[in-house]
Amino acid sequence: MHNSSGEARAPAAVIEVEGLAKSYRVFDKPEGLAASVKSLFHRPSRVVEALKDVSLTVDRGEFVALLGPNGAGKTTFLKLLSGIITPTRGTARVLGHVPWERADEFRRRFALVMGQKNQLWWDLPAAESFRLHREIYRIEPARFERTRDELVDLLGVRKLVLQPVRDLSLGERMKLELVAALLHEPEVLFLDEPTIGLDVVAQHALHRFLAHIQAERRMTIVLTTHYMKDVAALCRRAIVITDGSILYDGSLDQIVDRFTTHKIVTLELDDTPDQADFARLGFPCEIRGPQVTLRIDRQRIADVLPGILRGRQVRDVSVEDVPLEEIVAELFRSGAGQAARVAEEAGA
Amino acid sequence: MSRSIAKPLFPGLRSWWTMLSICLEERLAYRGDFILGTAMRFLPIVTQVFLWTAVFAATTRSDIAGYSRTDIVAYYLLTMVTRAFSSMPGLAGGIARRVRVGSIKTYLVQPVAYVSFLLAARIAHKLVYYAVAIIPFGAVFFLCRGYFPPVPDAATIAAFTLSLVLSFLLGFFMEATLGMLGFWFLEVSSIIFAYMLVQYLLSGHMFPLDMLAGISTGLAGVSVADVVHWLPFEYTAYFPAAVWLGKIHGAELVRSLAIEAAWVVVMAVACRVAWWRGTRRYSAFGG
Repeated sequence: MHNSSGEARAPAAVIEVEGLAKSYRVFDKPEGLAASVKSLFHRPSRVVEALKDVSLTVDRGEFVALLGPNGAGKTTFLKLLSGIITPTRGTARVLGHVPWERADEFRRRFALVMGQKNQLWWDLPAAESFRLHREIYRIEPARFERTRDELVDLLGVRKLVLQPVRDLSLGERMKLELVAALLHEPEVLFLDEPTIGLDVVAQHALHRFLAHIQAERRMTIVLTTHYMKDVAALCRRAIVITDGSILYDGSLDQIVDRFTTHKIVTLELDDTPDQADFARLGFPCEIRGPQVTLRIDRQRIADVLPGILRGRQVRDVSVEDVPLEEIVAELFRSGAGQAARVAEEAGA
Repeated sequence: MSRSIAKPLFPGLRSWWTMLSICLEERLAYRGDFILGTAMRFLPIVTQVFLWTAVFAATTRSDIAGYSRTDIVAYYLLTMVTRAFSSMPGLAGGIARRVRVGSIKTYLVQPVAYVSFLLAARIAHKLVYYAVAIIPFGAVFFLCRGYFPPVPDAATIAAFTLSLVLSFLLGFFMEATLGMLGFWFLEVSSIIFAYMLVQYLLSGHMFPLDMLAGISTGLAGVSVADVVHWLPFEYTAYFPAAVWLGKIHGAELVRSLAIEAAWVVVMAVACRVAWWRGTRRYSAFGG
C-alpha cells in the first residue's frame, strides 16, 4: 500500500509481527477435597500454547478483522500488540515500537477497547473520565474539545456525557468508551469484541461510526470478533485464527471463493413442492412451505438451473453464496486440514 | 507524530491536579458512607477510655509508664488523628483486586504512572475525609480539652506536622506495596489481615509503646521498645502522638524523624520495585 499523503512519512507497515508465540502455564486442579490437599504440595500443570508462530503485517489505514472461536488466541494476540503481555517467542513492532516495552510515546499513539472491560469511572459522568484522558495523554485543550465534541456528536451521545456511567445502558457505555479511547486521536486502535452483548441497533450504530472514523482519520484498526456482521460491514481483510495459528489471511470475498464449493439456490413455488420431485434432482434440498432450498455446485449452476426451472411453477428464484457465518464456522471446525489446504493454495 | 502542545509551566502538576479533582468528585459520590464511617471511628476509643479508667481505678499508682489517666485519654485521641493520616482503608485490597480481575490492564495500556495516580487518589480521599471528619473530631477534642497538656511550642507543632505528613506517605507506600503482592498471590486478604494485626500491636494504636520500654529483649540494655523504634510501624500512630504530648524531644526527636523519613524512602522504593517486577510477572504469566 502506498502513502500518497504527506502526513505518513513513516513506513507503510504499522504492525509487523514475526514468529510471535505465547504459552501459558495453567494449573489443573482435579475435583474433590483429597485432590485439593494434594495440590498444596504438588500442582499439576501443563503448558498451553495460546498463540503459535504468528507472522503478519498490517499497513497504515487497514481495517482488519481477527476471527476465531473462543480461545483461539485472538485476545492474546491483541494483548501482545498492546503491550499488556510479553511473548514467549518472536518479535512485534507497532508504530515502530516494541509494544511490551510500554514506552509512553508508544502508549500515547494507540488505544485498546475491550468490550467487557471499562476504562470509564463507574460512579462519575464520562465527561470526567474524558478530562482525565486529556491530562494522561497530554491533549491540547482546544484540540481536546474539538475532538470530544466531534466524537460525541457522531455517536449521538452528547446528552449522556454528564450522567454517571453506572446509570447508562451497555450500548451507551460502549459508545462513551470509544469516545474516551479516541480522544487522543490514536493512530492504531485495537478493539476486542466491541459489540459483545449489544443489540442490533447499537451494533449498527457502532459499525457506522467505526467505518466513518476509520476512513476519515486513516486509522489502522484491528478488531476481534465472532460476529460475522461486524466483519462483513467493516473489514476488507480478515484473519482467521484457530488454535493459535493463522488459518486464513486475506479478503473476505476470497474466503467465500476459496472455502465454498456450493451456492444456495432458493425457489419460491406456487404450490407446495413435491419432496420426491426435488429429491430426484440429486442435490441436497430442504423444503419449507412453498420454499425450496438447494445446495448446488458452483461450477454446475449455470448448466443445471434452467433444467430445474423448466416445467415448474416458480414465482421467484435467488442464487446466493453460502453465508459467511457458515463458512467461517466450518473453517473453525476443520482447522488443521484446512490450514494445510490454504498453504497449498497459497503456494500454487 | 509530533504535536505542538502548548506546554503548561508544570505539566505534571496540572495533570496531577486534574487527577486529584476527579478523585475528589468520586469520593464525594460516597459522602453518606463517609459520614457513617467517620462516626464509627469514635466507638473503639470510647471502650479504650473505659478500659483504662478501670485500670487506673484498680491501682494506687498515678501513672503507668509515664502516662497518667488523662495522658492516656489524650494519647488515644491523638493516635486517632495520626491514624487518620496513616491508615489507608481499601488501598492494598483495591490494588490486589484490580490485579485479580484484570482491570490493572488499563494502567499498562495508558501512559500513566500507576503509583502516582494512586497517590493522587489517596490524597483526594484523605482531603474529603478531613473535610467531613473535622466536625466530629473538633467536637470530641473540644469536649476532652481538659485531658490535654498545654498546647506545645511552635517547634514541636512543626515536628508533629512533619511526622504526620511522613506517616501519611509511610502508610501509603507500605499498603501499596502490600497490595502489589497480589501479582504473586491470588488472594492477599489474609496477608493484609496479618499485617493489620502486627500494625495494631506495634504502631502504638493498641497502647502507648512506652509500656514496652520495661520489657527486655534478652540482650543487655535493649528493650522491646528499642527494637520497635527501628521498625516502621510506630511512625504510623505512636510517634506523632508522643511528639505532641512532649514525650520525645531534642536529638531523639530529630533521630526519630530521620528514621521515619528513611522508612518512607525505603517503602517508596519497595513499592516501585514491586510494581515493576509485578507487572513484568503479570505480562509473562497472565494478562
